[in-house]
Amino acid sequence: MAITPPQFLLHHDGDNVAVAMTDLEPGTLHGRSVKEGTESTAVLNHAIPLGHKFALADLADGDPIIKYGIKVGLASAAIKKGDYIHTHNMRSYRWEASRA
Amino acid sequence: MGSKPRLMGYRRENGTMGIRNHVIILPLDDLSNAAAEAVAKVIPGTLALPHAFGRLQFGADLQLTFDTLIGTGMNANVAAVVVIGIEPKWTQRVADGIAKTGKPVAAFSIEGKGDLQVIQEASRVAAMFLQDASGLVREEAEIGDMIMSIKCGESDTTSGLGSCPTTSQAVDRWVEAGGTVFFGETSELTGGEHLIAERCIDAATRDLFQETYDNYIKVIESTGANLLGSQPTQGNIAGGLTTIEEKALGNIAKTGSVPVIGVLKPAEAPDPKKKGLYFMDSSSAAAECVTLMAAGGAVIHLFPTGQGNVIGNPIIPVLKLTANIKTAKSMTEHMDLDVSGLLRYEYDLTKAGDMMMDVIYKTVNGRLCTAEVMGHREFTFTKLYISA
Repeated sequence: MAITPPQFLLHHDGDNVAVAMTDLEPGTLHGRSVKEGTESTAVLNHAIPLGHKFALADLADGDPIIKYGIKVGLASAAIKKGDYIHTHNMRSYRWEASRA
Repeated sequence: MGSKPRLMGYRRENGTMGIRNHVIILPLDDLSNAAAEAVAKVIPGTLALPHAFGRLQFGADLQLTFDTLIGTGMNANVAAVVVIGIEPKWTQRVADGIAKTGKPVAAFSIEGKGDLQVIQEASRVAAMFLQDASGLVREEAEIGDMIMSIKCGESDTTSGLGSCPTTSQAVDRWVEAGGTVFFGETSELTGGEHLIAERCIDAATRDLFQETYDNYIKVIESTGANLLGSQPTQGNIAGGLTTIEEKALGNIAKTGSVPVIGVLKPAEAPDPKKKGLYFMDSSSAAAECVTLMAAGGAVIHLFPTGQGNVIGNPIIPVLKLTANIKTAKSMTEHMDLDVSGLLRYEYDLTKAGDMMMDVIYKTVNGRLCTAEVMGHREFTFTKLYISA
């Protein structure tokens, strides 16, 4: 199973966020979905460290953020495809008080 | 790699199987830590378990302290116990609870004697216990004889992608071989608790799970606090995790695919005849959770980490694995298994599971894990509310 190490991974096809597998610079990247093994490319707009997330789709404030095929939070600001996603533009929908 | 060697453990008087052979000096309360630690200095090879509580607790909070102390003494990794307390009644209560296992137990209390006399008396008994324990011989052990526990910490996004799925492999294999596994971290299921509810084996278990979860969350929410930075932790956030829901799904990714057959109270031991995967109501704080699981009878613990938690436990080996290449390289002295190659597609999940089982088998048979080598012996009680 010698394949090129992916630069990003998403858990399931259809997730709207991906995770950086190394410290990444802006640009076109190659990645895979873990569950289905689908290869894809994506454009990253910001430099992000290993383990941090970026958007695979344009999101409006309040849109669900999907990872593992499940809603894991909401956009708390408008997010463009390729943007870095973290506490500055994503929040919990379960613990309402948990806002940055 | 992955083939199962002959496993060898210590068969205790009540039939349980341990993989370590500790003689512990167990203080009932904070006041008795000094005497307990002195005994362990006089008799090197015994192990003192100092802790911060045990006075003026009441109700369910007091009961949990007793359950934690007694469960720790009953653990199959413990050969014999010296209990030291400030006064005789509660000291004896803990000693009597542990003595139900049939293992050697002695109780000493300090009031009316002072530390020095107690240290002398307790050291004589500890010396005898240690010599006797050293003569015990390992016997053949089955996975069905042993309880494993799992809990992750300083998680990041690599946990849900690599170290937790690897732990899942071990959970499924352990249960399929007839063993028992504990998972817990009640608040850290938030956003994925329905996935655990769906895996409960019957309606009664599902209802008890849901009630246990709901009660824990009610306590948290009643504070009205902003939990960002606490749950997820600052370490989680530094590692790229943003919300409790995202963290929870990574947490759940380590629980295997087998059904949840029971719900345990904190520090509760399961029915030894019913083997399988149990949920234990517990804090998600690493040392609290592992202390409760060891008190419930776990003899080995798997601890997936992302950013690099360093936790250990005084009586059970805590094996740490990571899929974060930076952590694997920068914290080698704390890591027992590097599965970062999984995320580079150098091997598949089955192979990662084989690597995990190989480390587990070696640890069962006596090889020290990194936490044992590094002297990490966190023994931390869960406090339910203020003391009287």
